[in-house]
Amino acid sequence: MLNFILKRLGLAVLVAFTVSFISFSLMFLSGDPAAALAGETASDQDVEAIRVLYGFDRPMLVQYWDWLSSALVGDLGESYYFKLPVASLIAERLQVTMLLGLCGISFALLTAVPLGVAAAIRPNSIIDRVALFLSVAGQAMPSFWFGLILIVVFSIQFGILPPSGTSTWRHFIMPTIVLGYYAMPAIMRLTRAGMLEVLSSDYIRTARAKGASEFKVLFKHALRNAIIPVVSLAAVQMGFMLGGSIVVESIFALHGAGYLAWESIARNDLPTVQALILVFSLFYIVFTFLSDVLNAWLDPRMRAG
Amino acid sequence: MNSPLLRVKDLTIDIPVGGGTLNAVRGIDFDLNRGETLCIVGESGSGKSLTSLALMGLLGGRIKRTATQMDFDGIDLTKANNKTMRALRGDRMAMIFQEPMTSLNPAFTIGNQLMEALLLHRNVGKDAARARAVELLEKVGITAAESRLSQYPHQLSGGLRQRVMIAMALMCEPELIIADEPTTALDVTIQAQILRLLVDLGREMNMAMILITHDLGVVARVADKVAVMYAGELVETGSAEQVFNAPMHPYTRGLLRCIPQPGKTERGARLGTIPGIVPNLVGGVTGCPFRTRCDQAVAACRDAIPHRKPAENHRFRCVHETGHQTAEAAV
Repeated sequence: MLNFILKRLGLAVLVAFTVSFISFSLMFLSGDPAAALAGETASDQDVEAIRVLYGFDRPMLVQYWDWLSSALVGDLGESYYFKLPVASLIAERLQVTMLLGLCGISFALLTAVPLGVAAAIRPNSIIDRVALFLSVAGQAMPSFWFGLILIVVFSIQFGILPPSGTSTWRHFIMPTIVLGYYAMPAIMRLTRAGMLEVLSSDYIRTARAKGASEFKVLFKHALRNAIIPVVSLAAVQMGFMLGGSIVVESIFALHGAGYLAWESIARNDLPTVQALILVFSLFYIVFTFLSDVLNAWLDPRMRAG
Repeated sequence: MNSPLLRVKDLTIDIPVGGGTLNAVRGIDFDLNRGETLCIVGESGSGKSLTSLALMGLLGGRIKRTATQMDFDGIDLTKANNKTMRALRGDRMAMIFQEPMTSLNPAFTIGNQLMEALLLHRNVGKDAARARAVELLEKVGITAAESRLSQYPHQLSGGLRQRVMIAMALMCEPELIIADEPTTALDVTIQAQILRLLVDLGREMNMAMILITHDLGVVARVADKVAVMYAGELVETGSAEQVFNAPMHPYTRGLLRCIPQPGKTERGARLGTIPGIVPNLVGGVTGCPFRTRCDQAVAACRDAIPHRKPAENHRFRCVHETGHQTAEAAV
């Protein structure tokens, strides 16, 4: 198991370096950074001066090394727009996004897994149909529309939840539901499909033949096997949520990392965009790594790989 | 003699399928005493496995089981609720399945799964359960039993897994063990070993055993009683001697012609086959299900078929009194 973790960790670090290189080179894909920085009215001399000032005239690999070595010690450069260190800017915004992401994925898992299990125990029953309805609705409703409906109902009509802001935990209820409900259908359907498959397998019959109670059959023998693909899916969705949902963050005026990314792209604030892409990718890498470890713990057959 | 451990009368299993009911098992009767081995033989789809699952109460929810009598040591299984059946399963009646490769849970260690069988039914601690698991692994011929406990199923070969399954079934010393083609999925070289092991352990622990197989060679070696199933019906039952030496039903005779017999079958001689296929069992089945393939068939085979009893404990179902077409029956 330790061997497996170390292997995966090494792999994750390699992927992280690759990603850092790609996110750095994105700057050069979107045209001449010096020209973009100087603005449309700048003269050629100004552009050239900026190019030298920011070091864009050096070879790309040198610039990359420069950027990477500072990034490794936590210095992600300075935002062109805010004139603040990018690291502290992102750290502040990430708090909101991470809180929202954790709430969202928890909400998704806590509703989707029990519902998926219940639906699989009695396929085509009323519970299964309700679960199917909820998942189709979740997939069909755009987040912005669902968010607005919640605001209309709970903030305007009943006045029981604040429509925007981040000051109390009550501000996070509706964003959590909107974000979580977006991830819920896929997790639910995968849990249901996994449970249905596992419940018809030979080892479940063996467990029943041993005299195990239905509870033990479901939650010891079946769920552990059925949940394995769900873990991988949840990790990807978790990465997605921490990447910040621009839609949800803008509707509920949560100034998180997703919102910052959108703003920075609009303002051509390259150091911020670069750093955000790096951080978001690192989230994916970390969660993929964690899901690999969790899956290996759940399924011993994966430990060899 | 005491009353039998297991008595089954008129066991019927119906499976609802699209457009009707599959009458998969119809009117099965048999008795089994403690320490006896009953072999159920018949081709694929004849209802052998369903019969054993019905005894364990492991048929799926949609499958309908009825019987006029199904007693296990005085417990009426037809009326037993889930709780009673759970208490019996794994404790007093255990089952070994055909597929050792998929019958163990891949996510748990061998030790965990073995110990669970005991912990579910006996009020013992983990240490005692562990000791029992090691004892049984040794008994089923697994070396380094102690270290096997922490291994996972995918680390064991098929033969080892089936030995683990046997050990698991024996954890609570059941009075009845049902083995559903326990060696079919294994290499020929270890089939005999596993079977010998199972039978020896059964004798040693004085367990009654129902062994489901389509290998008549196996039956000849281990059976006390033989039940021959065809298309959901028990066509002939009797002691191993009776069935092998004096087979009455045309199907039983056909089956026996299909295996070579030492001393009787000549080298190079063609083995027998039974032409035709098993009939469709959806919708009402009347008359003898074997009549379409039977070389003794007559018009009366479409009617109700009498039960015949040529000797004590020997029964078969055929319109012909001796299982052969005679002059008067042909008229």
